Amino acid sequence: MIFRLALRSLANRWATATLTALAIAVSVTLFLGVEKVRNGARASFANTISGTDLIVGARSGPVNLLLYSVFRIGNATNNIWWTTVQDIAARPEIEWLVPLSLGDSHFGFRIVGTTPAYFEYYRYRRDRALEFRDGAPFADLFEAVVGADVAAAFGYDVGDRIVIAHGLGNTSFALHDDRPFTIAGILRKTGTPVDRSVHVGLEAITAIHVDWQAGARIPGLTTPAERLRQMDLTPKDVTAVLIGLKSRLTAFRVQRAINEFAAEPLTAVLPGVALQELWGLIGTAESALAIVSALTVVTALLGMAAMLLATLGERRREMAILRSVGAGPRTILGLLTAEALILTSAGALVGIVLLYIGLAAARPWVDSRFGLYIPLEPPHPREMLALIGVIGAGVVAAMLPAVRAYRLSLADGMMVRT
Amino acid sequence: MADRAVAVRVAVSHAPAAQLRAVRFTWPSAPPFTLAVPDLTVAAGEKLLLVGPSGAGKSTLMSLLCGVVRPDAGSVTVLGSDLGAMRGAARDRFRGEHFGVLFQMFNLLPYASVIDNVVLPLRFAPARRVRAASNGGEAVRLLARLGIDDTTARQGVASRLSVGQQQRIAAARALIGNPEIIVADEPTSALDRESQSSFLDLLFAEVARTHATLVTVSHDPALAPRFDRVVALDSIATVKRG
Repeated sequence: MIFRLALRSLANRWATATLTALAIAVSVTLFLGVEKVRNGARASFANTISGTDLIVGARSGPVNLLLYSVFRIGNATNNIWWTTVQDIAARPEIEWLVPLSLGDSHFGFRIVGTTPAYFEYYRYRRDRALEFRDGAPFADLFEAVVGADVAAAFGYDVGDRIVIAHGLGNTSFALHDDRPFTIAGILRKTGTPVDRSVHVGLEAITAIHVDWQAGARIPGLTTPAERLRQMDLTPKDVTAVLIGLKSRLTAFRVQRAINEFAAEPLTAVLPGVALQELWGLIGTAESALAIVSALTVVTALLGMAAMLLATLGERRREMAILRSVGAGPRTILGLLTAEALILTSAGALVGIVLLYIGLAAARPWVDSRFGLYIPLEPPHPREMLALIGVIGAGVVAAMLPAVRAYRLSLADGMMVRT
Repeated sequence: MADRAVAVRVAVSHAPAAQLRAVRFTWPSAPPFTLAVPDLTVAAGEKLLLVGPSGAGKSTLMSLLCGVVRPDAGSVTVLGSDLGAMRGAARDRFRGEHFGVLFQMFNLLPYASVIDNVVLPLRFAPARRVRAASNGGEAVRLLARLGIDDTTARQGVASRLSVGQQQRIAAARALIGNPEIIVADEPTSALDRESQSSFLDLLFAEVARTHATLVTVSHDPALAPRFDRVVALDSIATVKRG
């Protein structure tokens, strides 16, 4: 009965009530949306690389190493010698090893010199392997495999020819245009930096730098491709190495051995640990976003409290009637609380619906634009808890007008002396 | 439980409906307003009119009688129960169960339907609910007897009705489930002369049917002929300000 009265009373003020509930709904959508994006970003981030036990590069910080080797952001402080790579590869604990040679680009997309083992061992989202949408791994010296974003950006197909630029500038004038590459394969979308990479063989990186010195082509010198194929194109150095171990239990031992490598200063990091450290750095912004979105919920609830409070004056007559038929001040308190409960619940419900409509609509775009995969799944228990929290906070916010109504009805009794 | 109910009924038929003894009550307003009622007894089934100008303590007397406020001194006994000895929630329940209250105007919850307005007290008074339910469709029948036709009775929102209709619906609310005491505060002052008399005819007929006690406060002595007893407020109560 009280609930029905609360409902009718709100229906009587439908315009204000609808706007109030809508404000709550929008704030709930924002709040849960930020949660979803936060979780999606964290998951996407943590799933950028998996299956790799150690990443090895020149001596630097773990975050820096992770940034340039996996996220392909920034530059390596130094390269590591190929002989060092071979020494590491010879260790008995090691199951596989994938070298990475970075430093060139293709219209802003990074060139990754590597071995075909890369396509075999690279894992993301727990245990998903790279898949080819078209074609196959590079087999010839001047073949390349492009990531999904690269292919999409330029409309590349298997068989197209591309030119690699020296260095990382978006509009580099130093082009390796004497050595065009043929696209041998296009990878499926992964939502990781792999999508924005052009993969070629390690030897190709060496080959395109023949005839180059100190970052510029030696004028008038072009070694014919046939000659190149006969040359020893074993690289002198690489940028980083991904390592898979036979047993994870040996990870710390191998890491220490590499960090104490005598011939050259190296850094080996466990990807999971480095990812966490990196997330710790950018997670602050994410927390700030969560706090701001939580504050919009608080704002909406305060708006509701203000709305309820503002109507109390004109509702004193109604309270007097309720008192006259035997309702106690507690019933008045209950009525106001019920109204708040209805408003916040309706707001939360509409908010969830808006969220899922928004998610369903924006998901493909968010995935392709930001590589952020947000699963369309029923609300997480933590989100349900957050929703219950919102409704609870609504009831708490309603205590202000409700207690005032209680006091008024106690003082007024059955008469309103206005 | 059943024995006690019977005992109360028996007590009602013999004891006075309400009795105020050496009552004093002060509103904690500024300036304070104090009402003193040395002795007022309302017999069971009596139709009593209390006449006095505004500011004579009518509303305060009603509040004391209905147990909305508790006297600072003296006793208010209704149907054999000492209201002063009850806690707030118990007094609210007692009022819902034994009183039907009729205001001067704005009697209805503007957003609730006509029927919801009429059955409102039943929510707070289980015994009245039982009595009303045993007479199935009591609300509609009561409204019909008070001159509210079926279509009006089925109206979704009460606030659209005329003042006269609203007063009759309020009367139905006061009467539903046969409470022992009907308290009316200027029930006709919002109505024109003609509506006044037809409204009172219907109200008195219903009060007579249920043998309820009727206490009316008004500034209008013209209502006097319909009542068993007319008492000037200033003869039974004194008011002190400050």
